[in-house]
Amino acid sequence: MKLTVWTYEGPPHVGAMRVATGMTGLHYVLHAPQGDTYADLLFTMIERRDHRPPVTYTTFQARDLGADTANLFKSAAQDAYDRFRPEAIIVGASCTAELIQDDPGGMAETMGLPVPVIPLELPSYQRKENFGADETFFQIVKTLAKPMARTKQITANLIGPTALGFRHRDDIQEVTTLLSDMGISVNVVAPMTSSPQDISRMGAAHFNVLMYPETGESAARWMARELDQPYTKVVPIGVGATQDFVAEVAGITGRDAYLDTSRLRLPWYSKSVDSTYLTGKRVFIFGDGTHVMAAARVARDEMGFEVVGMGCYNRELARPVRAMAKDFGIAATITDDYLEVERVIEALQPEMILGTQMERHIGKRLGIPCAVISAPVHVQDFPARYSPQMGIEGANVLFDTWVHPLVMGLEEHLLHMFRDDFEFHDAAGASHHGGSAPAASADGGPAPQTPRGISGQKKSESGDVIWLDAAERELKKIPFFVRGKARRNTESFAAERGVGEISVDTLYEAKAHFAR
Amino acid sequence: MTELPRLPSAGGCRDTPILKQRGQREVFCGLTGIIWLHRKMQDAFFLVIGSRTCAHLLQSAAGVMIFAEPRFGTAILEETDLAGLADAQDELDKVVNELLARRPDIKQLFLVGSCPSEVIKLDLAKAAERMSQTHAPHVRVLNFSGSGIETTFTQGEDACLASMVPVLPKDDQRQLLLVGALPDVVEEQAIGLLEAMGIGPIKVLPAPRATDDLGVGSGTVYALTQPFLGDTHDALTRRGARHLPAPFPFGEEGTTQWLAAIATEFGVAPDLFEQVTAAPRARARKAISQASENLRGKSVFFFPDSQLEIPLARFLTRECSMDAIEVSAPFIHKGIVGPDLDMLASGPTISEGQDVDLQLDRARDARPDLIVCGLGLANPLEAEGLATKWAIELVFTPVHFYEQAGDLAGLFSRPIRRAETLKLNSVSFDEKYRGDVGAGPHAGPQ
Repeated sequence: MKLTVWTYEGPPHVGAMRVATGMTGLHYVLHAPQGDTYADLLFTMIERRDHRPPVTYTTFQARDLGADTANLFKSAAQDAYDRFRPEAIIVGASCTAELIQDDPGGMAETMGLPVPVIPLELPSYQRKENFGADETFFQIVKTLAKPMARTKQITANLIGPTALGFRHRDDIQEVTTLLSDMGISVNVVAPMTSSPQDISRMGAAHFNVLMYPETGESAARWMARELDQPYTKVVPIGVGATQDFVAEVAGITGRDAYLDTSRLRLPWYSKSVDSTYLTGKRVFIFGDGTHVMAAARVARDEMGFEVVGMGCYNRELARPVRAMAKDFGIAATITDDYLEVERVIEALQPEMILGTQMERHIGKRLGIPCAVISAPVHVQDFPARYSPQMGIEGANVLFDTWVHPLVMGLEEHLLHMFRDDFEFHDAAGASHHGGSAPAASADGGPAPQTPRGISGQKKSESGDVIWLDAAERELKKIPFFVRGKARRNTESFAAERGVGEISVDTLYEAKAHFAR
Repeated sequence: MTELPRLPSAGGCRDTPILKQRGQREVFCGLTGIIWLHRKMQDAFFLVIGSRTCAHLLQSAAGVMIFAEPRFGTAILEETDLAGLADAQDELDKVVNELLARRPDIKQLFLVGSCPSEVIKLDLAKAAERMSQTHAPHVRVLNFSGSGIETTFTQGEDACLASMVPVLPKDDQRQLLLVGALPDVVEEQAIGLLEAMGIGPIKVLPAPRATDDLGVGSGTVYALTQPFLGDTHDALTRRGARHLPAPFPFGEEGTTQWLAAIATEFGVAPDLFEQVTAAPRARARKAISQASENLRGKSVFFFPDSQLEIPLARFLTRECSMDAIEVSAPFIHKGIVGPDLDMLASGPTISEGQDVDLQLDRARDARPDLIVCGLGLANPLEAEGLATKWAIELVFTPVHFYEQAGDLAGLFSRPIRRAETLKLNSVSFDEKYRGDVGAGPHAGPQ
């Protein structure tokens, strides 16, 4: 038993959902209680998908446990097939269903469904989300992909992108461009964007681009072995890595190592004098292993930062991350314990964090700027604009997104510096209203900082309406970000009606008046 | 007291046959309630004994991580716990001892059961009893189930409050107990109105702190502020307290009827009731009429979510002039929502439980002007051109009583107003955004 407050990865069946949701024509029948349907909102809300994930949950209840959960599974699977008519079905159990040992895979196989049924064994009490995605994709590929004749021209499969992946949507585009510039076209992108039928023709590609080892490595290894397709080891995040990637692809294919750098701005932006202040910025890097290792190289070699700490939450990549940290002369933090990451950051006191949404919260609390480089994701990690991490544009994006919080950090720092100045003091009015500036005391001593708040009655900003004590207290209960608006509305409401004193009733009269 | 509500001439929905279907239910489990309960009970910690899924749900439902160490967490069961290699009770003691040592501010600890802990039959009642003895008098340890195999969404709060009732001290004095976790500002408004009528003493369950003086007994009458508190209702009745049935305090009418039921019990003079409620009632009516302008004559379809559906449908149909097509709740407890059903004019389909695919078919056929549903369904329905309101906001936002009545109407009118405001219909949606198409310099067919 292990106490957890926040978790970097969800359970493995969420990884399977990421694969299924990224694909088309595939359906996932998941033996799970009703609460597990929360996972749908990850996709519909965080990623703003306009379709429900293709998942049917059996939603068994306590009263079913004594009776027949197995039949419940079978009817759910049959209904799902009849309604959605998928090309293939994956079946599995969530953590609770694993305990009741109904064997969804075995049951589904006996049902005689006219499409391939792929059973998943995802041990919920040992493994996590990335494993679930990797294993699910591997099982799908293993079932559906077959050796076949290669395409006439050189083609590659892009493997690893999933639903809910950090910038996967845009990375696909960028890597496609890199390859296209070398005269290589894309055969299949999978799991995201592919259908089971697409998977079955993956064997036609000459090689695989392993974009995300976290979610595609098992499939890549299997295809290397069974389909004789080599796969790339370099993940093209950053200028140097993109160049290495192009060289690696050239080595595999025999094409010229061509890279169009006409849109590449990171090197010049980094060299320009404006960036001098970035020199030696102490950064801490944490996330999934792949993004962390890429970010560490960019941070040191392309931004001129000093990497003071790095680590990852997925133990699957602990070894290469440790090796790279050793090379950097620092210790690696390999943990999925959020509080431990926070302790490390507190101890290292970096000037900047390159992390996940979780580290962004740590940064907020500790007052350290943070740029997000890796999943777990948040709704803002799915921007409307094109925003890849990989390739040429990815490098440009890295420069902007890493520098941005530092500039913001400076602004925040200035605000803090001036926070206690009388003009910014919580109890002081806006500086341009002369009437609210505290008067110098008679003895010529330092100006008192809290002239307001002593008297129970306060003049309004316009100076002719009085706030009664109770109304002022009521106003304070309103969240700060709308309080100003509530105050202004109430005052203009009172002024319009010639009301001299604002009571709690006036406050709510005004609220009702302005209700929309 | 005050005028009785005008009941629908064609009859209410109390005796409408309830449509019950069995299929996939798209709902949260009871653990979700921890998100608002831990904010309300300031010295309580909620320890879920469950799996990584439970932790992931809480994190996803909480949306943002506001606290470094929130007052909730998950003791994640591992292989060794399941295989019986480790005694789960000993393991739990260890986790709790460490937790309480690190958090001396915790005065109440809730051991919260989950699907896995229920399935392996981990006895949390026994654990709570043992730990209460160990950690008394500093910490009170209670247990309840928030598991998805036993509870749906708001039932988690019900289970939590019900677990507190048996350990409340006996107190037979005449008192009013308000039951349900409400935002402070709303709770204070209700208490303010009732005190202005001379009603007292007034107590609240859950109390903000374990040490707050709260007892229960034969002199206690209680009013529920939320319709999902069935088990708490039963637990209080068992302690000799008496329920004051009433419509729920949503909207002007609901609030007035709810207050009237209490005022009648306490013999408040009609003049005084009128004097206290007249101004806020008028404000509420005005605010509702403004906020509901674009709701009039529009149709609404409720998917099951929080059990607030029936009282809200009553509010929307009677005070905002909407037409309800289907009103669906995870559970319908007529002893609690009966007064609301009486006031809800017959006509809409009343359904309990869910087969989400069949219900989606009905909603698509009906093409209502507004669908109230969970977060998993909202964007997919919007993409089909159907306006939606996320139901979860109704439990996170202050919506009770007079001063929030306009806000409540606003929650429903905003999606409709937005749909009418946006001039994006000329943009083709033929090529729907599917979350996987890049828009880079070389975008387009490969």
